[in-house]
Amino acid sequence: MAGGIKKFVVGSFDDEAVLFPAVKNVRKAGYKIHDVYTPFPVHGLDHAMGIRETSLHTAGFIYAITGTTTALTFISWVFTKDWPLNIGGKPHFALPAWIPITFELTVLFSAVGMVLTFCYLCNLAPFVKKHHFHPRATDDLFVMAIECSDKTDDNEVQNFLQNAGAKEINVQVAETGWWIGRYDKEQKLYRDEPGY
Amino acid sequence: MSLLKYESQQREPLVDGDKNYHQVTEDIIGPIELKPTRLWYIGFWISVALLLFGVYSIYREVTYGIGQWNLNKTIGWGWDITNFVWWVGIGHAGTLISAILLLFRQGWRTGVNRAAEAMTIFAVMCAGQFPIWHMGRVWMAFFVLPYANTRGPLWVNFNSPLLWDVFAISTYFTVSLLFWYSGLLPDFATVRDRAKTKLRKLLYGIAAFGWTGSTKHWQRHESLSLVLAGLSTPLVLSVHTIVSFDFATSVIPGWHTTIFPPYFVAGAIFSGFAMVQTLLIVVRKVMNLQDYITMGHIEAMNKVIVLTGSIVGCAYLTELFIGAYYSQNLYEMYVFQENRANIFSPYGWSYWLMMFCNVVSPQLFWSRKLRRNIAVTFFMSIIVNIGMWYERFVIIVTSVYRDFLPSSWSTYYSPSIYEIGFYLGTFGLFFTCFFLFAKYFPVIALAEIKSILKTSGENYKAKMTDIERADAEKFYIEEVEHAH
Repeated sequence: MAGGIKKFVVGSFDDEAVLFPAVKNVRKAGYKIHDVYTPFPVHGLDHAMGIRETSLHTAGFIYAITGTTTALTFISWVFTKDWPLNIGGKPHFALPAWIPITFELTVLFSAVGMVLTFCYLCNLAPFVKKHHFHPRATDDLFVMAIECSDKTDDNEVQNFLQNAGAKEINVQVAETGWWIGRYDKEQKLYRDEPGY
Repeated sequence: MSLLKYESQQREPLVDGDKNYHQVTEDIIGPIELKPTRLWYIGFWISVALLLFGVYSIYREVTYGIGQWNLNKTIGWGWDITNFVWWVGIGHAGTLISAILLLFRQGWRTGVNRAAEAMTIFAVMCAGQFPIWHMGRVWMAFFVLPYANTRGPLWVNFNSPLLWDVFAISTYFTVSLLFWYSGLLPDFATVRDRAKTKLRKLLYGIAAFGWTGSTKHWQRHESLSLVLAGLSTPLVLSVHTIVSFDFATSVIPGWHTTIFPPYFVAGAIFSGFAMVQTLLIVVRKVMNLQDYITMGHIEAMNKVIVLTGSIVGCAYLTELFIGAYYSQNLYEMYVFQENRANIFSPYGWSYWLMMFCNVVSPQLFWSRKLRRNIAVTFFMSIIVNIGMWYERFVIIVTSVYRDFLPSSWSTYYSPSIYEIGFYLGTFGLFFTCFFLFAKYFPVIALAEIKSILKTSGENYKAKMTDIERADAEKFYIEEVEHAH
């Protein structure tokens, strides 16, 4: 869902070596970094920005043990309670023979669950549209968006980014969050839409 | 910025030429934005024609029954299970490259993982066809699923290796697809953001799921890739292990061996890498990607081929020793001594062909010169694929054609045109998918190449020489001299 209309000062860097000190200085100066958009995972940038570690892997573990339990309880219920088959007089509770399926379901639950959680947390789905601060953020630019409050002087922020080494600086009014849309249609802000 | 400041000069660069981030995008996304070439159309339509012949063969088989194939009472598993195991095996290299080499932090993986994973998915799609259509009454294929049915409910047999296979293959396909697609999201976003035409914006916009490249998203993406790699690693080992259980848990002489799981897994990786070589040698040439899939990449894969080929060879000899002599079991010894090792027996030729292709020929790759020779590599990759197909043929057919009752021995089995057609049809499916992939998908993992560019790119490495030398001198002066 659209997260409201805000004003951003956007600085684009072309070198991650310049970006790192810039992130540190911007944070030290007390500006609020909305996000940094990079074309590839820049290691250590999350720490520099003060983002906490993700717990996605913990979710993956929980899905995994859910898969294990599902497989074991279901198979043992089928073979000992619901429809016990006499296979050459062997035990109904044949744990070693169930290991392959139990393992496969553990992996399946974990992988599917993690990917769905990942898409949910990052708001990723077909027909989801978001505001992109710079089209080359997925190509070769590292794009830092600084959120402005009513009190922020955007000229000051622009100068600050200039000194920090940003190559391209501009001010954008944009909606954060996501909405349902297509990328071949131009984006309109909510307040420009009829009936706002 | 990678954690490494530089990489040793001893290591070959992974990206050749004078590249920056934008150039990498141009090189890899560029071909997507051009019209397909004549050559592409020719290849694509040949594949579609093969696919259609496959569809016709399946139509014959479904309409007239399994009798359209030359299987008989003794040889109940022939070409189609051979093809099934062969295709599944081919898939394994993709997962090995994308998962196991990720855990081992092998940088060269980045150049080839995308195409190899695509190959995995298409190969598993082809593999899945064989057991499904072999069911004969394919409209009852859903009986393999454990669902609450009106037959009691009568459940599937969870103790059967054939059912394990259902779970293993479907899990493998799903997980590979998710892993591949989650890696593709950022690259689709790159295509979307560069797109000039409306259609491309729309389609890649849908495909990219609204990816922005946010730092938090990248952090989660990294975590996701790592865990999926961790899950895929045992998964890929389990899949071919379970495929080998289809044979190993039976009591047929020649199949009933505990050596099968590791032997099958090594063979799978071996044949898969051969297929990756076949495909990528063509792709890098046609799409001008020699800077990303370098001689170093080809050599690295050839090293895997010689390693896994030797493991396979070791397994063949062990199996021969156990089967033909050490077991001291009459039936087991007959299979190995007579059905296989005797070159004058009806299928003896296939055993020795397999031995030659899989054990003898890969040993050429001990030579660095041959490992780095494109023509030799391409030729060898075909030889290995043929050899590995024969491995499955040998295991299946030579074990069953002379069963316990000599009156039902069947020394003559040759596939019918529809059996061959079905196999060719899966080639059609595979290459149709691969041609579409090569044209419309980023064939190389763009974001991953960019993340290693500044440590492993040729132009960046050249600039690092002085820093490395200075660092080494500093280390020598400060650490080594003080220590003395």
